[in-house]
Amino acid sequence: MHTGMESPRGVWWKPAHKAEKMWVLIAFAWCMVLFAMMPLWHLKGAQNPSGIRYRVDPSAYARRTNEFIRQYKVGEDGGFAVVEPPPGADVYLLGRMWAWEPVLKLHKGVAYTLHLSSLDVNHGFNLSPVNLNFQVVPGYDYGLRIVPTEAGDFRIVCNEFCGIQHHVMVGRIIVVDDSAGAAPTGGAQ
Amino acid sequence: MTAVPAPAPASLGALFRICSTTGLKINAQAEGLIKANAVAATVSLLIGGITAVLVLLTRWQVVHLLPADWFYRILTVHGMSMLIFFILFFEMAVLYFASAVLLNSRVATPRLAWASFWLMVAGAVLVEWMMWTGRADVLFTSYVPLRAHPLYYLGVILFAVGALIVTGIFFGTLVVAKRERTYQGSVPLVTYGAATAAIIAVITLGHGAAIYIPTFLWSLGLMNVDPQVYRMVWWGLGHASQQINVAAMVSIWYLLGALTIGAVVLNEKISRTAFVLYVLFISMAAAHHLLVDPGLSPAWKVWNTSYAMYLAVLASMVHGFTVPAGMEAGQRLRGYTKGLFEWLRKAPWGDPGFSALVFSVIIFGFLGGITGVTFGTEQINIIAHNTLRIPGHFHATVVGGTALAFMGITYYVIPLIFRKKVAFWGLAKIQPYLFAGGMTIFSIFMTFAGTFGVPRRHWDATFAQAPFSVQYNPAVDLMVGLMAIGGLLAAVGGGIYILCTVWSVFFGESIASLSSAEIRALPAGVPAGMLRPPAPVADAKDHGTLSRGTLVLVAVFLIAFIAYYFVNWKLLSVVWKVG
Repeated sequence: MHTGMESPRGVWWKPAHKAEKMWVLIAFAWCMVLFAMMPLWHLKGAQNPSGIRYRVDPSAYARRTNEFIRQYKVGEDGGFAVVEPPPGADVYLLGRMWAWEPVLKLHKGVAYTLHLSSLDVNHGFNLSPVNLNFQVVPGYDYGLRIVPTEAGDFRIVCNEFCGIQHHVMVGRIIVVDDSAGAAPTGGAQ
Repeated sequence: MTAVPAPAPASLGALFRICSTTGLKINAQAEGLIKANAVAATVSLLIGGITAVLVLLTRWQVVHLLPADWFYRILTVHGMSMLIFFILFFEMAVLYFASAVLLNSRVATPRLAWASFWLMVAGAVLVEWMMWTGRADVLFTSYVPLRAHPLYYLGVILFAVGALIVTGIFFGTLVVAKRERTYQGSVPLVTYGAATAAIIAVITLGHGAAIYIPTFLWSLGLMNVDPQVYRMVWWGLGHASQQINVAAMVSIWYLLGALTIGAVVLNEKISRTAFVLYVLFISMAAAHHLLVDPGLSPAWKVWNTSYAMYLAVLASMVHGFTVPAGMEAGQRLRGYTKGLFEWLRKAPWGDPGFSALVFSVIIFGFLGGITGVTFGTEQINIIAHNTLRIPGHFHATVVGGTALAFMGITYYVIPLIFRKKVAFWGLAKIQPYLFAGGMTIFSIFMTFAGTFGVPRRHWDATFAQAPFSVQYNPAVDLMVGLMAIGGLLAAVGGGIYILCTVWSVFFGESIASLSSAEIRALPAGVPAGMLRPPAPVADAKDHGTLSRGTLVLVAVFLIAFIAYYFVNWKLLSVVWKVG
């Protein structure tokens, strides 16, 4: 038998032996499982990165966010507006060097459409400590239908490099539980 | 431009020596080009390695070495020096080896080959200059509209053009060898694999041209580049270039298997078809970086991220079987027939080429492969994108897999091509153990830290200056600490590699005048595969039993794969609903 360094002589297109055939078939079957899981999760799963996707002019998106803030503002937190949109509302979150605006106050178990976009460069939406991640690209509006499934005080960490102050780009989302009655306050900590 | 071989002048192309160990006819030009590219690769590795330690000691918050601006600058240098310069210079050497040396041929156009080498050096120097002087603090990906100095993009373009010409010379050399009948039969499997790497390189560098030329013009203010289009085309270069590595690395697995223990090719059809699957499907993996991007539809994401229904994953799983199975069969045919694993137990573990091969296969498959396919699943990417899980994955593939395989083959390149003894042989023998052990610890704990959402590419994960405090699970500190220990261990292993190679090449003891018998009598400095070259073996009837140990190993692999994959679906199912 020859090694991989040597030229095979004659015709090398020969039938494979049993062990190889078996492994190729097993591996192929597993690949089909891997593939089937993704469409299946679109049908049955509750976490998909589909969303509604538009091109948007960054300054137009900033105006829409400001309008959203003006409409539903309920307070201030560390220099950021705190906004509490009604159930089912379109929620606008703007990433810019180096902040997320505004601070959002949401309700547990309520559906919203969360829009993400950027005013300048790429940013990364990382909801902490839940660990949900989405790319925020300037010129594109990513509208994700979200349902917060837990109450608490969450952070939005920027996880795409966006310049020298990238590491201070942290936003906030507060989720209150209406059934529990005791909601966290929106004040600075 | 090099497809038609011109008759080379005798002074340039026709000088050969016969290798006393392998019997191969080695062309002087090919030898010189391999040496030059290997030296450039090692210099790049040194820069990449020093910057790796600086990045690591900054991310380890206990030390937090660099200020923010230098952290991002050094991280840019680390990414470019390792992923582009080190890897591609080394792959250029692999292309010359797999064409001219393995086929006993001359190099198609040696003058152009040297010109493209110096073009690549010029490009690399330009890029390094821009990065170190703070004019390209844009990280490896340089996502538009982050802007670097135009000369940075120009440097990348020059480097890529040089590499593209070398792939052309590789194809030209295949034609020369065929026409001049320097070999009989088909090209060896290693050359075939290298040819697929070269084809993928052409696809990759085409994407590179398609994105860096417009970006260069954009940096001069001459045109616009859409940020989402940039991300898609750039990853056609950024991810696909790592697929050149995969094809080159797998070729080196076959080569090291042959050199160290005389691994056989069980079935050429299976192995070569798997390489063809790489060519056809692997470039689609650019989608892995775009799964949670706004500009692309779910259907596009699902189809592309799966490389058209995981056919490139199938290729890797096939090689993951045929490489160890060929090793096992070779050993069994040479008498190591007891039980399931005598062939592995009695293998030359003191040969750094062999240990590097085994660890490269294991780390690439178990750590890099499983995490890569899992994180590259459209929905699971929601809990992985841009966290430390991603560099945790690709340090297992590119460093623990590709770089370690490259290190392993170096212990053969030094005596066979440079014709020097490997210096500090005792250190060289433990080097793959240190490097593999360190990278394993590093990758595992980096990936685990990422599971808690810790971001990659971040100067301060304590968020001391941020408007809102961020608290991670306390386990994160422990994991980052262990990651740092693993990283430092790997850095020691990398340092030993550089010490051994540089010392051997520049100050090492020459073995050029020794006969093969004299080489085999050397007490140290030459790997076992050269001291006792594996004897040829006859074919065997019953292949099924020849690879039964490997069947057990791949079964363990499949179980680990299935477990990790479905654990991640479980982790995903408990986060907020999103769609």
